[in-house]
Amino acid sequence: MTLAVASGKGGTGKTTIATNLAMVAAEKYGQVTLLDCDVEEPNSHIFIKGTKIKEEIVNIKIPEVDESICTECGACSNFCQYNAIMSLKGKPVVFKEMCHSCGGCTLVCQPKAIHEVDHRIGLINFYSLGKINLIDGLLDVGSPLSPPLIGAVKKLEGKDTLNIIDAPPGTSCPVIEAIKDADYIILVTEPTPFGLNDLVLAVEVSRKLNKKFAVAINRVGSGDDRVHRYCKDENIPIILEIPDDRRIAELYSNGKTILDNLPEYRKSFEEVLTKIGVVIQNGQ
Amino acid sequence: MDNRPREIVVISGKGGTGKTSISASLAYLSQDCIVADCDVDAADLYLLLKPISIERQDFYSGHIAEINQEKCAGCGICKDLCRFDAIKANNNAKFSVEPSSCEGCKVCVEFCPEKAIDFPERLCGEWMKSETRVGFMVHAKLGIAAENSGKLVALIRSEAKKLAQEKDKKLIIIDGPPGIGCPVIASITGATDVLVVTEPTLSGIHDLERVLSLANHFRIKPYICINKFDLNLDMSEKIESVAKELGAKVIGKIRYDKLVTKAQIEAKTIVESNIPSAQDIIDMWERLKVN
Ligand code: SF4
Ligand code: SF4
Ligand code: SF4
Ligand code: SF4
Repeated sequence: MTLAVASGKGGTGKTTIATNLAMVAAEKYGQVTLLDCDVEEPNSHIFIKGTKIKEEIVNIKIPEVDESICTECGACSNFCQYNAIMSLKGKPVVFKEMCHSCGGCTLVCQPKAIHEVDHRIGLINFYSLGKINLIDGLLDVGSPLSPPLIGAVKKLEGKDTLNIIDAPPGTSCPVIEAIKDADYIILVTEPTPFGLNDLVLAVEVSRKLNKKFAVAINRVGSGDDRVHRYCKDENIPIILEIPDDRRIAELYSNGKTILDNLPEYRKSFEEVLTKIGVVIQNGQ
Repeated sequence: MDNRPREIVVISGKGGTGKTSISASLAYLSQDCIVADCDVDAADLYLLLKPISIERQDFYSGHIAEINQEKCAGCGICKDLCRFDAIKANNNAKFSVEPSSCEGCKVCVEFCPEKAIDFPERLCGEWMKSETRVGFMVHAKLGIAAENSGKLVALIRSEAKKLAQEKDKKLIIIDGPPGIGCPVIASITGATDVLVVTEPTLSGIHDLERVLSLANHFRIKPYICINKFDLNLDMSEKIESVAKELGAKVIGKIRYDKLVTKAQIEAKTIVESNIPSAQDIIDMWERLKVN
């Protein structure tokens, strides 16, 4: 079972919710795998202070041209949809950062002058804290393509454990990659105009992907009731509400979790898991 | 003489640090700029500036594969070749493309023995030129689950530049995307000034370090603005020393102000609503202006 925590915009409290849920779930159900797929800025490890077990380098395959075989026919550069291999004075030159690793140039090269080599795009870090396995992807600075790294992190989902995905913000390709295989999505937002605007987009994405989802509203009381009204009109369940509490903001700023420090909020996180468990079992 | 307009791009490693509210305020203070929203994933600037659009255009980027069910012979070659797992078998022994997974690489199109795969251009959203109370604005609406926000960012920037030349404006203010990936790279390459908005949290520092090393990678020396600096003074101090180490300058500190949300609800920029943090933004603008 995989639960993804996502939001249309950043800074709404996605990581706070994902990490606290992972802690509650570990107490209740045993092993939990927390996958930090916000690979541009993975921050779960700041809150789940586990021991680092190992790291793995993530590579994609990019083309390399053997000049002694190349006939300078230009088929590879004509084919590439991303201008990642270009003929400069006849000679094909590879622009690593642009390559999507589709394999097309290798296939179209008749004389078989192209073979593929590894190109590093990032790292995966493995941490362990009690019953929580935290796996985070860390995109190399300057590497533009996060989806392949997100895909690599997702492959590490536990088979028999509960998986919680901390998704990247937004509504474009990286988010889709992170949430497309989840069983249930929690969309985190704030009760403000920006919050609502971005929530509506995130709801459209979840619907388009045919996912079960619910909304979590953070900093309740800081804005108005527009998000509540929207959820009611659209018949979307609100699965969690966290009040606007300066103590939470301060804990967050120091890298501390709600669960360890403000026990009064524990119950609402426990309820999230109970509610989702019921929905999944009933196949609603 | 170099008379290209000054382009201030406001970014933040971490989302939700107040980037949009600050960009809108700077645009308001400048009184004479072109403003652009390059945070195309969460395009919120329009909620504050209430633009009235004067021109709209579809935004196409790349292509998408579509299998013609009549021609498909069901051999499955396309599925084997697609590295993005975008092709699925149908229950009629034929195959089809899952649009949200297709990256438009053309491999299946090229190698389908039946020539059964079409490859139309992909509609990814639309972009607009608008008028607002602070000046002209260029912005966009990216389609749901669309790709290539980097290309759209590049397009918005170049349209904003054209508009600046046309209207003889010397300044462009851009609300940039969060993160360090493709849209951010597209928004800062070649910009004259980059302002990074951060917050005094451990996550904020962590993300700031990444965004500053990205800026270094592109040889850009950004300015830093610490939003809600008084939420955690120790962390704010740490940010200042991290900034110094990485050769960036802290140009503004904005106090924690609950009324920012109220301004947002009233669709006003911070500096238009007479709230405490407005003064901090005005001070920052005075420094930014002359830099
Ligand atoms: S692998 Fe694909 S994206 Fe990369 S250079 Fe070859 S054709 Fe272009
Ligand atoms: S397709 Fe092969 S032979 Fe032709 S230019 Fe490219 S690498 Fe050289
Ligand atoms: S390669 Fe062409 S004919 Fe074969 S399954 Fe794919 S679309 Fe159908
Ligand atoms: S164009 Fe590329 S990504 Fe899209 S379905 Fe064909 S092979 Fe897959």
